[in-house]
Amino acid sequence: MSALSFRNVWVEYGDQIVLERINLEIASGTFLSVVGPSGAGKTTFLRLILGQERPTQGKVFLDGESFPAEPGPDRGIVFQRYSVFPHLTVLGNVLLGYEFAERRFSARLLGAARRKALEHSRALIDAVGLSEHCEKYPSALSGGMQQRLAIAQALAKQPRVLLLDEPFGALDPGTRAQMHALIKPLWRELKMTIVMVTHDIKEAFGLATRLIALDRVRRDPQAPERFGAKITYDLDLTRDSTVPVLGFVRAQAQQ
Amino acid sequence: MTRAMNIVPPRGGRILLAILPFLVIALVYVIGSAERRAANPNDKLLPPVSEMVATTQRLAAEPDRRSGEYVLWVDTAASLQRLVLGLGISAAVGLVLGLAIGLLPVAGAGLGTLIAVLSMIPPMAVLPILFIVFGLGELSKVMLIIIGVTPMLIRDLALEVSAMPREQLIKAQTLGGSTWQIAIRVVLPQIMPRLIKCVRLMIGPAFLFLISAEAIASDVGLGYRIFLVRRYLSMDVILPYVAWITLLAYLFDLALVHLGRKAFPWAFVQEPR
Repeated sequence: MSALSFRNVWVEYGDQIVLERINLEIASGTFLSVVGPSGAGKTTFLRLILGQERPTQGKVFLDGESFPAEPGPDRGIVFQRYSVFPHLTVLGNVLLGYEFAERRFSARLLGAARRKALEHSRALIDAVGLSEHCEKYPSALSGGMQQRLAIAQALAKQPRVLLLDEPFGALDPGTRAQMHALIKPLWRELKMTIVMVTHDIKEAFGLATRLIALDRVRRDPQAPERFGAKITYDLDLTRDSTVPVLGFVRAQAQQ
Repeated sequence: MTRAMNIVPPRGGRILLAILPFLVIALVYVIGSAERRAANPNDKLLPPVSEMVATTQRLAAEPDRRSGEYVLWVDTAASLQRLVLGLGISAAVGLVLGLAIGLLPVAGAGLGTLIAVLSMIPPMAVLPILFIVFGLGELSKVMLIIIGVTPMLIRDLALEVSAMPREQLIKAQTLGGSTWQIAIRVVLPQIMPRLIKCVRLMIGPAFLFLISAEAIASDVGLGYRIFLVRRYLSMDVILPYVAWITLLAYLFDLALVHLGRKAFPWAFVQEPR
């Protein structure tokens, strides 16, 4: 279970309204894509779930409960860049999650506990196809490999929600296709909720089971910061969906 | 024609080029020294190399007639002990405070300005205070190095921490790390290479403070000796001592480079992507 709900969420920075009146229920196990033009609050939306940002009004709930306004292990993240630790090997990067969990003071595992954690880490590294690169440092990996590592690292905590912030934006088309082929089966297998922010419309439609578009509906040329972005489209992309994918039905909640 | 900026000397040539300026300086010295000796056999300013070697031998290999100590080694040991203590303590304090200020907004707000102001105090200006408070012994000399070096280390390391990508710290939190765990497993190892770089840069200032303190109040040490024999214009002692101090500083620097490369290989991996 890992359902997310946004109840009347507003985000404002001083006078500037970024998101306004977001009401959204995301069912457990959804693969949600978030699209929209630059500056429409996609990243802010993601940060609300991450806990890096607090709504000015309203609340975000994970499985019906509010969560503290700071990142936690139940919500994993993969950023576009800088998601992996340059001072640890591939194996060390994945192992770190286990070490954090089991040794509160030293954050280092030894002996049998370490062997067990290593086994889990190796399995995850295998799953993302990096087994030959276990002992390398991230600087020796390609961009695509670094993103695979970031995913393996996030999966170590078995997060309820996995957040992807333009995870494949910096990759070349071939590598991006490989990453798509990697993430979809992982999502099916692990039954987590994924929220992915992306600029790539094809990717958004191709991977997700649901897609929302954020945009500013009203504009005041004299005060562009006066109106925030809302959910302009909310599409169900599953095959048996009642909403036709290309019908572009306006989101009910926003009316 | 190849541009000057694209001419790269081969390895052997590079070593030769590195040695060349030293040879030129030595040659100029030898000629100058010979000229002055020819004009005045009692010249003290540029003693010939043979004289400096003899003096160095006397200081390094023969026990002093008054104290029975091997002067050069006793001086070196005393100075190095002060230097290493001073730099070591500075590095430890700089690391802890720099990390705290860079990572914890509360510490940054509370201590950031204080450190910025403290780092503007000229260390030599507080030397009298140190002598008054800590006496003329070892402590005041070590303290001078610490006061001179630490603020810069703190500020630089705090900047290094705050320059870390925010994404990394967020990621570490989503992996379940506490503040302490993230500090020791994510931030600390990543600022260690920077610490080594800073300490390398601070070797010069540390020696400056050390020799100043030794010159003013001490009874042993490299700086003490130089300022002692200054009264007799003993350039044959001063010049080898200066060369020896320079060599020590250079070796210290070299050792830190190697330590950095050995201990933090990830900071130096630059394989093509």
